[in-house]
Amino acid sequence: MASRAAAGARPGAKFAQFKLVLLEFAGVEICQGGKQSSEEEVTDQLDQDQFDDYRESTIGAAFLTQTISLDESTTVKFEIWDTAGQERYKSLAPMYYRNANCAVVVYDITQASSLDKAKSWVKELQRQANENIVIALAGNKLDLVTESPDKRAIQTADAEAYAREAGLLFFETSAKSATNVRELFTAIAKKLPLDQAGPRNLRTAPRPGVDLRPEAPGTQGAGVCNC
Amino acid sequence: MDEIAPEYDVVVLGTGLTECVLSGVLSVKGNKVLHIDRNDHYGGEAASVNIETLFKKYGNVPAGEEPWKKYGRVNDWNIDLVPKLLMANGELTNILVSTDVTRYLEFKQIAGSYVQQGKGPKATVAKVPSDAGEALRSSLMGLFEKRRAKKFLEWVGEFKEEDPSTHLGLNVAGCTMKEVYDKFGLEDNTRDFVGHSMALFPSDEYVNKPGAAIETINRIRLYVNSMARYGKSPYIYPLYGLGELPQGFARLSAIYGGTYMLNTDVDEVLYDDNGKVSGIKATMKDRDDQAAPMKFETKTKKIIADPSYFPNKVKVTGYLLKAICILKHPIDKTDASDSLQLIIPQSQIGRKHDIYIAMVSSAHNVCPKGYYIAIVSTIAENDANHHLELEPGFERLGAIEEKFMGPPIPLYEPLESGEKDNVFISKSYDSTSHFETTTYDVRDMYQRAAGEELKVEGLREGQQLAQE
Repeated sequence: MASRAAAGARPGAKFAQFKLVLLEFAGVEICQGGKQSSEEEVTDQLDQDQFDDYRESTIGAAFLTQTISLDESTTVKFEIWDTAGQERYKSLAPMYYRNANCAVVVYDITQASSLDKAKSWVKELQRQANENIVIALAGNKLDLVTESPDKRAIQTADAEAYAREAGLLFFETSAKSATNVRELFTAIAKKLPLDQAGPRNLRTAPRPGVDLRPEAPGTQGAGVCNC
Repeated sequence: MDEIAPEYDVVVLGTGLTECVLSGVLSVKGNKVLHIDRNDHYGGEAASVNIETLFKKYGNVPAGEEPWKKYGRVNDWNIDLVPKLLMANGELTNILVSTDVTRYLEFKQIAGSYVQQGKGPKATVAKVPSDAGEALRSSLMGLFEKRRAKKFLEWVGEFKEEDPSTHLGLNVAGCTMKEVYDKFGLEDNTRDFVGHSMALFPSDEYVNKPGAAIETINRIRLYVNSMARYGKSPYIYPLYGLGELPQGFARLSAIYGGTYMLNTDVDEVLYDDNGKVSGIKATMKDRDDQAAPMKFETKTKKIIADPSYFPNKVKVTGYLLKAICILKHPIDKTDASDSLQLIIPQSQIGRKHDIYIAMVSSAHNVCPKGYYIAIVSTIAENDANHHLELEPGFERLGAIEEKFMGPPIPLYEPLESGEKDNVFISKSYDSTSHFETTTYDVRDMYQRAAGEELKVEGLREGQQLAQE
């Protein structure tokens, strides 16, 4: 949420952390590294009912992080919140959008209806989230289309035109082959105000939040403020 | 719209804090949970609302006017409906840490804990001493009384239930707190602030209750230990309001497979031939009324619900009076604290129940800068003149910009344990200033519904995330 100096880093090195909300069309998976193997799932989803598979596919990414080095001295860490399935019946909590700096809205380039769903997510984000949230639109499953071009249901130009009009970053990605995933995060990182400190983790705040964890053995006294 | 599963282990009705903690814990333990709320937001009675919603809820709106507009952006306001704070060393903190729900939330200290002595223009307000050392410096007592209070608090710190040598020759298991106070020769005023602002008893019933001494000592210790944790007060509070707490536990439940449906009415609860619950019929309304409502039926073995879903299975145990007040200044005589609890003990103002003031401000991201939200509350003692009952609290606040006060709020508790019908009902949020009694209810309900003691320590270790 805030840019801050990492402990022990070189002078001049910048480390910034941001909250990223991930909104995926059911069955689409862009983030790897959760409990489940995303690669397997993306292929499995070809033949299976996508809704059945959906729960598992997002659960893995309930709380991931992704770290991007913009250059030698600048590191950006994304704290990725997925929807944990709460969007299914329109029951996402305000907590989810709260202080989100950026969002990735994912659709499936092999499913015609998924772009409309993505558009409604973008609307919801513009209604609920911070005014200056950076939103990226990601058309996933590029690998499938590369293998067999007739699977494509949404033309790149159409999605790109919409993204331009709505002021979104736009990429076609493949979670399976990792195509453009890093590029996507890098593009978001470049658009974020790295020097502008947000309310969370602000080290210079007069009264930092309290750390609820039990005091570590060996620490002195009652001072467990994370200041 | 996706299909609802044909059967759940537990259906939870209402997204108040009690229900959401249970939902979270049951989901982590591998139960298939469907969680429903008739409202379009999380939190039920424990929600935090914006200022427009608050105006509308309390009907303070003259026709054609939009009085909330002078208070800035409505969404900069997160006003609690329930006036409570978290004890830093309390059980809810323990549950939050054990379940890792802390990662979704951020907490800040409440800046001060105060108690009033006397009434009317002569009333004084003082910091509640947090330990024996502070008792010596407190303006609440005279010189000799300070020493007696110091001795008493030192003894509370050293007391061990299992070690009779610390019992001062008292039969601690059966004795009253009056006997303990007498032993130390404490004056009435000292008994008052110890019992009401440290042990946090809302009335004087505890004083002559046989066996209540140990509970009182444990309550004082919780206060002292919570105070020692962060220093300014024994209380902490989540940024953006208490409504974040149920949301955090709901997210925990969802991550472990819990299904969430807001804006959904329960049309019918189904029972089998033995009178045990067997399922529900419900209707999910479309949020924008654009699509047709979705009707569905599903089976369940158990229902957990807040009292509002089963009006025939609960009784009223009392009435809470509460006024939500918006101020433009901190409270007088409280060191300009940005947040506080202030207790006016009943005996000081000729009542049977204390008046509580809980105040938070922009320091906790619940309102724009320059505003303060103070909730004055007590248990109703009369059938009329409720405003008058809260008056000593209003006096403390000084100028009030807006006051939201509805009719007395009934406090419910279930008639039965739920053993017969597998419908387990929570209690209303009571008049206490913190969530300790709420967590007792959580533990009690878990024991009744799951048939085992709730152990939150290490809860998430070794549990699978996805269990479909």
